[in-house]
Amino acid sequence: MLRCLTGVGVVFQTDGKLARLLLKERKPRRRMFEGYDPGNFYDEMFAAPGVVRDHCRPLFERFNNLSESDFLSRKVTSELYFLRQGITFNVYHDNQGTERIFPFDPVPRVIPAHEWEHLEAGLTQRLMALNLFLHDIYHDQQILRDGVIPRFYIEQAKHYRPEFRGVNVPGDIYIHICGSDLVRGADGTYYVLEDNGRCPSGASYLLENRNALKRAFPGLFDSLGVRSVDSYPRDLRDMLHHISPRRGDAPVCVLLTPGCYNSAYFEHCYLAREMGIEIVEGRDLIVADDVVYMRTTHGLVRVDVIYRRIDDDFLDPTVFRKDSVLGVPGLMSAYRAGNVALANAVGTGVADDKVIYYFVPKIIEYYLGQQPILPNVPTYLASEEEDRKYILDHLPELVVKAANESGGYGMLMGPSATKAEIAAFRERIIADPRNYIAQPVISLSRCPTWCDGAMEGRHLDLRPYIIYGRDIKIIPGGLTRVALTKGSLVVNSSQGGGSKDTWVLRH
Amino acid sequence: MLSRVANTLYWMVRYVERADNLARLIDVNQQLLLDFESLDSERLRAFWKPIILSNGDEELFNELNEEAGSAEVIRFLTHDRRNPNSIVSCIVLARENARTVRDQLSDELWEELNSLYLSLISPDAQQQAEADPGPFYAMIRRSVMSFHGIAASTTSRNEAWDFMNLGRHLERADKTTRFLDIANYLPGGEDGGETGAPGVLHWSAILRSCGAMGAFRSVFRGKITPENVVRFLVFSREFPRSIRYCLDLVDESLHRISATPRGTFSCEAERETGRVLAQLNFGSAGDAFDVGLHQFLDALQERFNTIGNEMFETYVLMPERVQSRPVSSFTPISAALAWHDEQQQQQQQ
Repeated sequence: MLRCLTGVGVVFQTDGKLARLLLKERKPRRRMFEGYDPGNFYDEMFAAPGVVRDHCRPLFERFNNLSESDFLSRKVTSELYFLRQGITFNVYHDNQGTERIFPFDPVPRVIPAHEWEHLEAGLTQRLMALNLFLHDIYHDQQILRDGVIPRFYIEQAKHYRPEFRGVNVPGDIYIHICGSDLVRGADGTYYVLEDNGRCPSGASYLLENRNALKRAFPGLFDSLGVRSVDSYPRDLRDMLHHISPRRGDAPVCVLLTPGCYNSAYFEHCYLAREMGIEIVEGRDLIVADDVVYMRTTHGLVRVDVIYRRIDDDFLDPTVFRKDSVLGVPGLMSAYRAGNVALANAVGTGVADDKVIYYFVPKIIEYYLGQQPILPNVPTYLASEEEDRKYILDHLPELVVKAANESGGYGMLMGPSATKAEIAAFRERIIADPRNYIAQPVISLSRCPTWCDGAMEGRHLDLRPYIIYGRDIKIIPGGLTRVALTKGSLVVNSSQGGGSKDTWVLRH
Repeated sequence: MLSRVANTLYWMVRYVERADNLARLIDVNQQLLLDFESLDSERLRAFWKPIILSNGDEELFNELNEEAGSAEVIRFLTHDRRNPNSIVSCIVLARENARTVRDQLSDELWEELNSLYLSLISPDAQQQAEADPGPFYAMIRRSVMSFHGIAASTTSRNEAWDFMNLGRHLERADKTTRFLDIANYLPGGEDGGETGAPGVLHWSAILRSCGAMGAFRSVFRGKITPENVVRFLVFSREFPRSIRYCLDLVDESLHRISATPRGTFSCEAERETGRVLAQLNFGSAGDAFDVGLHQFLDALQERFNTIGNEMFETYVLMPERVQSRPVSSFTPISAALAWHDEQQQQQQQ
């Protein structure tokens, strides 16, 4: 059951305490980063072979001086932490229900203060613009009238909700929690790869990664000037309070989950507990006279704000999918009546559409009159004549993505695809050009990662979490996902990805 | 508290308690066997069968097992996931319930239950139990003790605590009736030997299962008779596993939840508990033997079920049937509009 803990075996003593670690055979002592090859990529720690970036030097020294067995036993400490906390997923190859933890690499990814300032400014700008865009799209649609975005792109966007045009939301905020995915190119430039404006997940892993690392390396944090991530649940709760439609007394906020079989259930529980709010399922809520109530042992209690972790489609069976049993009948009419606030608002998925992504730099310019601080990855739209021709001619060099898929699905990695896969995608693009975009392959930056006996470079991305309430707050850091397979550029946990702690430095 | 959460906490603790009682039972029975020499398989079976019978799982057991030796019974009661009342099944269910209401539990409480779960589902757990049962069942009991101890020292005395207590004491009362009921299933005295009609060894095994031996001795000076055991495990006011004691706590929890004074009732669960409690408060061991111990215990089990069902009706199901819709007194106009107005006013200032 614990085969997942790579490199070590763990046995249970009869008293049931997770205990003794049997470390594999010891190797002759050598430095942790000895012989590390940054390769032909942007490396987060090394500027060149043997040349450590200044801001990583203290970290480098601490890790480099560890013996391998010390490092491994600390790594196991962090893994046991996840196992005990139940931060696991199930593998159903036998009826015993094997539990595994998400792979966690103890070598943190470090972001110096000046880089973080740049990211903060860029992400804030982007989220402001996206919210102005959503408000416009769901009201006057000035941006379409001005021809900045062709109307049919919006109207054919899968997650556009025309039935909510004219509905006002508190503070005109649509995306309250945003998890934009950032990547770095070969020269270290940060690009926005996509905006997750629906229900971005993973924030609890960010917080738990930090907890796990603190347990495993208690001495690391005091002197290195790492900014704390503790404030996230507080910021989240403040935001929920801020958007409550009922003023005066303390608003009742709840977290709406699809239920305990959802793969993100741990996160839902974790955040609800950290915020001190109830975690509810659809069946715990009822709507009467356009007011939402939760069913408690002492009768009904009015609910003001719902942090929903359910997609639009499942929120209300009387409006969206009729077969949804996760949602709450009547919720949308309560929402329309302004008696309950949702975070995020309904219909934000239109901003997630990868075709709309192409327009985000123009959106920033249109609403804010500014140049985008963080660039997009260059993108080709299959529905534009010229772009389509380029895409079809260059398929083996490009990454092709479906406009509304996530999690690494519906994607063609040109350079590693077979001829048959390329041919299949060619057909699909020609049949439904609106639904496809293409981008050049970005050779993602790498970071030293423990890979079966040595430090090797592995590719990573970064998902910061941005909260928009009274003002915009970004938790210093984010979830760094790492592709553990050698050479792989796919960091999704469903496809062999792991994660790292992310450090933002004070100086 | 959310109705669903109350129900989940209640069942989480019930399952933990159930697993604990089963572990006690198996452990004591195994030790009991050591007091008898050279039992043939027929007579061995006679020792194990009552445990299955008293838990009402006979049908399932027969369906799953052709043989009914010690090994089969122990496996059935301990590891068999097809038996929903086996120790492992109970802990899996308890942990699943805990996972659902993780936000209500302290980290330590969750870790204790999760550790027990992880050790029970580990591949070598079964082999360990068979090779060295003593420490294995002791581990389960200790872990459950820790669970209760952690719960007691980290749970606020709010509704969550009351529903957890309710689950624990109702299950414990039920299990004590089942311990006692074993005596009724033990083989009759046709051979008149040590394995015949329930004798001192059996009754003392039942006392040991409840951890009651020492406490019993200090009250009855070691006279282990059926009447004394029933007097102690059913009617004692002081012993924490006696049925009367548990029911008293059930009654207390119910009234804390409804915030009504004890001695009155505001729902059927409270009424039934009050009735049972009155019977136990003013009854005697004689009553039990008059109707027959088995019938007496059976009736109690049924009434415990009634209490559980009524509790469910009142606190979990009822809100679902809410017909009269409460009128919202606070928002005459759209709250969002009011809020917008307020925002604009603030901006103008």
